[in-house]
Amino acid sequence: MQTNMPTNDDLIIGGHRFHSRFILGSGKYSLNLIKAAVNFAKAQIITLAVRRTNTADSENILDYIPEGVTLLPNTSGARNADEAVRIARLARELGCGNFIKIEIMRDSKYLLPDNNETVKATEILANEGFIVLPYMYPDLYTARDLKNAGASAVMPLASPIGSNRGLSTKDFIQILIDETDLPIIVDAGIGKPSQACEAMEMGAAAIMANTALATAGDLPLMADAFRQAIEAGRKAYLSGTGRVLSRGASASDPLTGFLHD
Amino acid sequence: MVTVNGKQLDIAGKNFGEYLSECDYDRNRIATELNGNILTKSEYDNTILKDNDKVEIVSFVGGG
Repeated sequence: MQTNMPTNDDLIIGGHRFHSRFILGSGKYSLNLIKAAVNFAKAQIITLAVRRTNTADSENILDYIPEGVTLLPNTSGARNADEAVRIARLARELGCGNFIKIEIMRDSKYLLPDNNETVKATEILANEGFIVLPYMYPDLYTARDLKNAGASAVMPLASPIGSNRGLSTKDFIQILIDETDLPIIVDAGIGKPSQACEAMEMGAAAIMANTALATAGDLPLMADAFRQAIEAGRKAYLSGTGRVLSRGASASDPLTGFLHD
Repeated sequence: MVTVNGKQLDIAGKNFGEYLSECDYDRNRIATELNGNILTKSEYDNTILKDNDKVEIVSFVGGG
């Protein structure tokens, strides 16, 4: 029996292929849990931040990330394009590839991305050979500008970072999915596997989650749950979901042969 | 004085590679900037810190 599931359903970002559609954050939990998180999530991409290191820190996160996992450093802390470019160059100098997730925020209460500065930084970094994944507020014109600027994917927020509130921007993410010729990776605010599944059913290319796992009761178990939800949502999308009746009902059973006929 | 990661240090005239070794930094785990420009690993041992230099030393940490 054949299904709509292609034999190869890889996620392709900047020419790199990934089986997994679950991008894992590494913030706000113990380094000792990273390996289990990666394994249960079956994640192939993990995000990191770049920070000043004032002493010879005894523990380095790179020692905890399983080999073969692609590193996606972010530019958190950047307040404008210039600062993001600077952080990206430092990240690349750390010698772990040329992927970069642009995060530019001027607001510390809601941590909303500055779309205009993000477009500027994307153009500069894409021209320097980075594979650029910009975190952005889901706006169609910005998504198109990001594509023209050389982004390899876009990462619209579902709801504010760390909020676990789910798909607050659902309608606008759907517009990006429908109208943007780039992978749409739903980032920020996804709090539960069901929300990740819903985004994947909508046609998102991948899900990025951090706080949902870091604040869960059992991180590896939740990583496993997210993985299954993302895979389920992807399959549902590839299948095409069933139609919705606006009113009334439609029997699932034969309407003949009733015992009282 | 030289500013390293925002802190003023009396290390003008010191070789940067030497400073990193004294502080026990793992060179494979850091990236550095001198006065806003990336300083590559091959430049560490050839760089003498000057008065008013600004140095940044960064590494990866957990993040989302």
